[in-house]
Amino acid sequence: MRVDGASFLKGARDMAPILLGATPFGLITGASAVSAGMAAFDVTLMSMTVFAGAAQLAAISLVGSGAAAWVVLLTTLMINLRHLMYSAALAPKVADCSMGARATMGAFLVDQAYAFASLRFSAHEPWMNKRDYFLGLGTPLWLTWSAATAAGAYLGAQVPAGWQLDFAVPLMFLALLVPSVRDRPGVVAAIIGGGLALALTGLPFNLGLVVAALLGIAAGTAADTFKRESASGGPT
Amino acid sequence: MSRPELWLLIAGMALLTFLLRSSFLLAAGSLKLPPLLRRSLTYVPPAVLAAIVVPALAQPSGTALGPVDVRLAAGAVAAVVAWRTHSIVATFTVGMLVLWGTTWLLR
Repeated sequence: MRVDGASFLKGARDMAPILLGATPFGLITGASAVSAGMAAFDVTLMSMTVFAGAAQLAAISLVGSGAAAWVVLLTTLMINLRHLMYSAALAPKVADCSMGARATMGAFLVDQAYAFASLRFSAHEPWMNKRDYFLGLGTPLWLTWSAATAAGAYLGAQVPAGWQLDFAVPLMFLALLVPSVRDRPGVVAAIIGGGLALALTGLPFNLGLVVAALLGIAAGTAADTFKRESASGGPT
Repeated sequence: MSRPELWLLIAGMALLTFLLRSSFLLAAGSLKLPPLLRRSLTYVPPAVLAAIVVPALAQPSGTALGPVDVRLAAGAVAAVVAWRTHSIVATFTVGMLVLWGTTWLLR
């Protein structure tokens, strides 16, 4: 496989500042997995193959609390649904690429890669090899993510419980949640999702999260529809 | 969950995530997302993340600051930091410092 160096470097340079944020996230993922009873090897394997921080953190705490595999998979589906949106938004911009190239992009289509690619692929840059630009975005992040997870799993085993490092997990999700609320329907989605999750904590199979999230999404969408209709003077 | 079961679960998570990410890319044009579904997907992150965060922060840790648990207090401060800075590192650092500080003061 020949890789176009200029395109790869362009991607790697775009991704460089993101690596700084991915490192502590990976460290915490590794450390929290070990404190949930997972082997360092297993969580590193998870980072290398799943490559989705939020879903991994949620899966780790579910596994730690003894949830069934299907609940973990359902939660993974909920958390990673947003990638479906990225995939759909990017598809028309890469229709000229080969099947293999598109599969490669799919493997690396994490939040940050989507943000950069949709920006770059919208601008007309004919010199760019899209697959190799994507490889440039994805490879450094994947390496950082995997290495940080392994390091976190190793270091986490040495951290005394008195440090309450488990609190890092909700903090991580908080840091992702706040910027994801961009408009008023987003506020509605967050309040309904969060409030119901709290009310449904006792639901069997840890299903509270999935049910609350679905209703939160429905509420956000309804609020968005209402906003559009009142802006256009009602449905016509 | 036994170790082979965990590996199987990890493989399932990996496959599921890859399918979600590559779905429309591989279908390339022959598959379109209906507008309503597209709009509702916008609200997946706030709804899902809040559904994870709120119960986690509301879980009592045993150390209370008046009527408020220290974890909830630290979470509230961290939320303000996340809102002002949009930085994972700053949110994490301030949140942990507030938790350690209050736990140490109230011990």
